Amino acid sequence: MKLSIEDIAFTYPGGVEALRGVSINIRSGEAVAIVGENGAGKTTLVKHINGLLKPARGRVVVGDWDTREHGVARMAARVGFVFQNPDDQIVERTVGDEVAFGPRQLGQSAPMALANATAALEMVELAAESGTHPYDLTAPQRKLVTLASVLAMHTPIVIFDEPTMGQDAHGVALIGNIIESLKADRRTVIIITHDIDFCAAHFERVIAMADGCVLADGPATRVLARADLLATTNVEPPQLVRLAQAIGLPAFPLTVEGFVTALLEHHSKDK
Amino acid sequence: MISLSDVTYHYPRSDSPALSNLSLEIPAGQFCAVIGANGSGKSTLCSALAGFVPHFYRGKLTGSVEVAGIDTAGSSLAELAGTVGLVFANPFNQITGARFTVREEVAFGLENLGVPLAEMEPRIDEVLAFVRLTDLADQSPYALSGGQQQRLAIASVLVMRPKILVLDEPTSQLDPIGSKEVFAVLRDLAATDEATVVLAEQKLEWVATFADRVLVLHKGKLVADGPPAEVLSSLTLTKYGLEPTRYTQAARAAQAAGWRTDETTLPVTLEQAVEFFR
Repeated sequence: MKLSIEDIAFTYPGGVEALRGVSINIRSGEAVAIVGENGAGKTTLVKHINGLLKPARGRVVVGDWDTREHGVARMAARVGFVFQNPDDQIVERTVGDEVAFGPRQLGQSAPMALANATAALEMVELAAESGTHPYDLTAPQRKLVTLASVLAMHTPIVIFDEPTMGQDAHGVALIGNIIESLKADRRTVIIITHDIDFCAAHFERVIAMADGCVLADGPATRVLARADLLATTNVEPPQLVRLAQAIGLPAFPLTVEGFVTALLEHHSKDK
Repeated sequence: MISLSDVTYHYPRSDSPALSNLSLEIPAGQFCAVIGANGSGKSTLCSALAGFVPHFYRGKLTGSVEVAGIDTAGSSLAELAGTVGLVFANPFNQITGARFTVREEVAFGLENLGVPLAEMEPRIDEVLAFVRLTDLADQSPYALSGGQQQRLAIASVLVMRPKILVLDEPTSQLDPIGSKEVFAVLRDLAATDEATVVLAEQKLEWVATFADRVLVLHKGKLVADGPPAEVLSSLTLTKYGLEPTRYTQAARAAQAAGWRTDETTLPVTLEQAVEFFR
């Protein structure tokens, strides 16, 4: 499902100008990471995609739906959204009910919603916690519960706000695998992240934001290589790109294998 | 200075200990990072240093925890507040909800410590500039973005200049350069103000670059303790659910592919990696 954000602007009550004219087109099945400094407008931008916020100027069109003409509940059928803070999102008393809540709201029968919830909980390795109260889990586990809630809804577009926040190496790898499987399903995946190495490993397109505007939008290999530009929004290139640049390697490796290949190739040319 | 002697702790109704026979000393002026997988005991250790374990969480604590000569079990949280500052993992839990602006929120701790107004003002200005919230000083704490709220939580504790500073994943929502700046300031606080800094973290690149010492926790036990270059390049790291930096991974992969170097240790920082691949 295609998504078009057309010159939108938004100011919060109190006067903080969060978006000052943002235009982005995202094709069906694209994987897009949004990076940028705290307060750049990243979360405000994605809250416009599921209609939680309506633009003061410009418009957002999801498929053929203008978000100004559809309620959040209706938008939820097309756009799944995982909040930065899981506690802003959790409403039910057991993990199983929490994950089945979304599918039920979309009108699925109880057995169907349960089946979707169970499958989603298996993806985040929390199937054994189905009867647990969400607040008896740790914060990183609650984040995985909210991720499962969105996976269970099978929306064509999914948005994750800081999915790896607070996760350890295993959790980060788990979320990486989920993103890869969503990509394989040709679902549109949009994330906000400060984890630039994670971004480099899983996303082909990167949008850098600063001060309510898009600073750069393009292939990860190009955007994440621009140290000077990224620094203006408090972001650094991934570790391997910084290393390649520091040792004069003419490459922008986003994976360890890519780095080693580029290193050995460059070195054999020297001889 | 911090001293733990044979500390074991159980949360209420839990059969397995969250901390198990921990003994260690952290001298004043040291910047000590605590790493480990989720559930390894990092947050519990932070809570124990600030007295929240056992005063707030209850449960059963044996052994002794001393911070700056004070036995935590024998003193109240109010008594400890002037000595130990704790930055929570989740800034939403730290913000008092009792103040209307960012500036008032930062002042809250100083007011409780009875710092005179004339001294308060410049300290607040300085810390707000450091966390880059000067322009938002008159906004409500709840009007800030997630990362800005985390900056506010850090500012509220830094402004009190505690002798012992304990931070539980304080950079989880910060932008990348903002995270690095927090690490740099923690190193400076330890080095110049003789503060004892204990930081639970996942960002191993900055732990490697800035910390003096790294502790690895695994299932409540201390399983490694040493300088970052030694601990973070160890092959056992993955056994404890931790992923080495890309620098270490690249060095190991390059060696396996036949890369030759005079360096005998694997790099954990960018600077060391540049030496390794020179």
